[in-house]
Amino acid sequence: MIARLRQVDKIYANGVVALRGLDLDVGEGEFLSLLGPSGCGKSTVLRLVAGLGEVSGGRIEWAGGNGRTGLPRGDIGFVFQEPTLMPWATVWKNVQLPLTLRGVPLEEAAARGREAIGMVGLEGFEHAYPRQLSGGMKMRVSIARALVTHPRLLLMDEPFASLDEITRFKLDNDLLVLWARQRWTVVFVTHSVYESVYLSTRIAVMTARPGRAASEVTIEAPTPRDESFRTSPLYNEYCRHVSARLAEAIRS
Amino acid sequence: MSSLPSTEPTRAADGAGVGELETTSAVAPPRRVDLWGAGRRALPPVAIGVAGLVVWELFVRLNHIPYYILPGPLLVMGALVKDWGTLYPSLLVTLAITGAALLVATVAGVAIAILFAQSRWIESSLFPYAVILQVTPVVAIAPLIIIWVKNIPLALLICAWIVAFFPIVSNTTLGLNSADHNLLNLFQLYGASRRQVFWYLRLPSAMPYFLGGLRISGGLALIGAVVAEFVAGTGGVQSGLAYRVLESGYTMQIPRMFAALFMITCSGILIFLGLTALSHLVLRTWHESAVRREG
Repeated sequence: MIARLRQVDKIYANGVVALRGLDLDVGEGEFLSLLGPSGCGKSTVLRLVAGLGEVSGGRIEWAGGNGRTGLPRGDIGFVFQEPTLMPWATVWKNVQLPLTLRGVPLEEAAARGREAIGMVGLEGFEHAYPRQLSGGMKMRVSIARALVTHPRLLLMDEPFASLDEITRFKLDNDLLVLWARQRWTVVFVTHSVYESVYLSTRIAVMTARPGRAASEVTIEAPTPRDESFRTSPLYNEYCRHVSARLAEAIRS
Repeated sequence: MSSLPSTEPTRAADGAGVGELETTSAVAPPRRVDLWGAGRRALPPVAIGVAGLVVWELFVRLNHIPYYILPGPLLVMGALVKDWGTLYPSLLVTLAITGAALLVATVAGVAIAILFAQSRWIESSLFPYAVILQVTPVVAIAPLIIIWVKNIPLALLICAWIVAFFPIVSNTTLGLNSADHNLLNLFQLYGASRRQVFWYLRLPSAMPYFLGGLRISGGLALIGAVVAEFVAGTGGVQSGLAYRVLESGYTMQIPRMFAALFMITCSGILIFLGLTALSHLVLRTWHESAVRREG
């Protein structure tokens, strides 16, 4: 277990109640998807887990007992919905940013940067600027930046939502391969039933705002998965099941 | 933790990305210097300018307009050459004041903008006074400044500075506050210090805004210097270009007056072109304003 969210409320300054009584466990090494309609507070959950904001009620318990502070900086990688790259910096500098900010010695930073860029398959593009890259490649840079600190927990906020389907499938597969190798814990926010079933070991289905976890589905399909899973009867069965749960959650 | 063979084929396989990659070839392509194209673009304005000069010359000659009312362009050119000995040192004086004012405006403007960016509270308390300084006509306060500050070049510098600093303050403040919110979140997530956020995020974000302000300020510094010279020129000790304009007016040397005016205009154009080139140089790798549109 990495973290436990217990009865978490989040009320924003403008009075919007984003979360009410959310219970969620994040287990070590799992690929957990948060699935729900737009504006249900999925992103809010990620931001709270990342420490970008305080809970308004309830608590987040962290493994290791150090309840308030959570994981040390750098143990969390965050991938936003947009690539969120610095346009004035090359791929190389963008990927190294987390290390630069922590004052990691140059040589070590260079080695880790090369490794992260290699993991996402961007060798040869180190000196390119973000504007020279396609949407999918920018997202790879963003993922490399999240991986460069060797995080234990990778938080992904609808990272592939703005990409075309072919690119998204490709990145889904690459992400699964990386996850199978590295076994970080992933919390993945999505509004796509199909994407969540394909990627996850567990799906938490959330209600419309104020958000809470309505139900959970464990995807008991063998990993690593590949394109053959996308067309398998098992995948279809899970999609049907999760869709029904999502419909229930939205109605409730 | 080595690179994964399975991700290897994805290098250029992001669907839509493939074609784009081939044309952009990873690193910034050196831009071809297209002299022919630049020449063709310059042709229409140059042609219009030449035609205008010809019409002007013909108009003056055919109507027998006396030179002290309106000299023809040839006469102005003649005065420029004949009086180069007095005009050129004046040009240097005016440019020195303009340059110094722009430099001080840049340093002070950026410093004030950084102060403003520290907190909304500081910004909202002090910004109105920057505006007041900006909207008060420099012609109206220049006499006061020249009375208060005994050193005339310094007085001129202050006048030019007052006119030039506002666009830099205003633009740079806007730029420093325009950092991408997601990037700010990211910096917070990785525990960046205030100084790191400023240095790695706010300052680069502000760069295009600052350069835009600088371009406006360059022209304003010249105008400020000239206006202040006009006011101080009545005191009769300075020998900037504005003073040459005044002096030529008093002595009815109208062609020389036009020549001095011409030099002021050319200086303004050169300052603008220089700052535009600087802006392009700084932003050429990444900012939309300096990057050629593709497709």
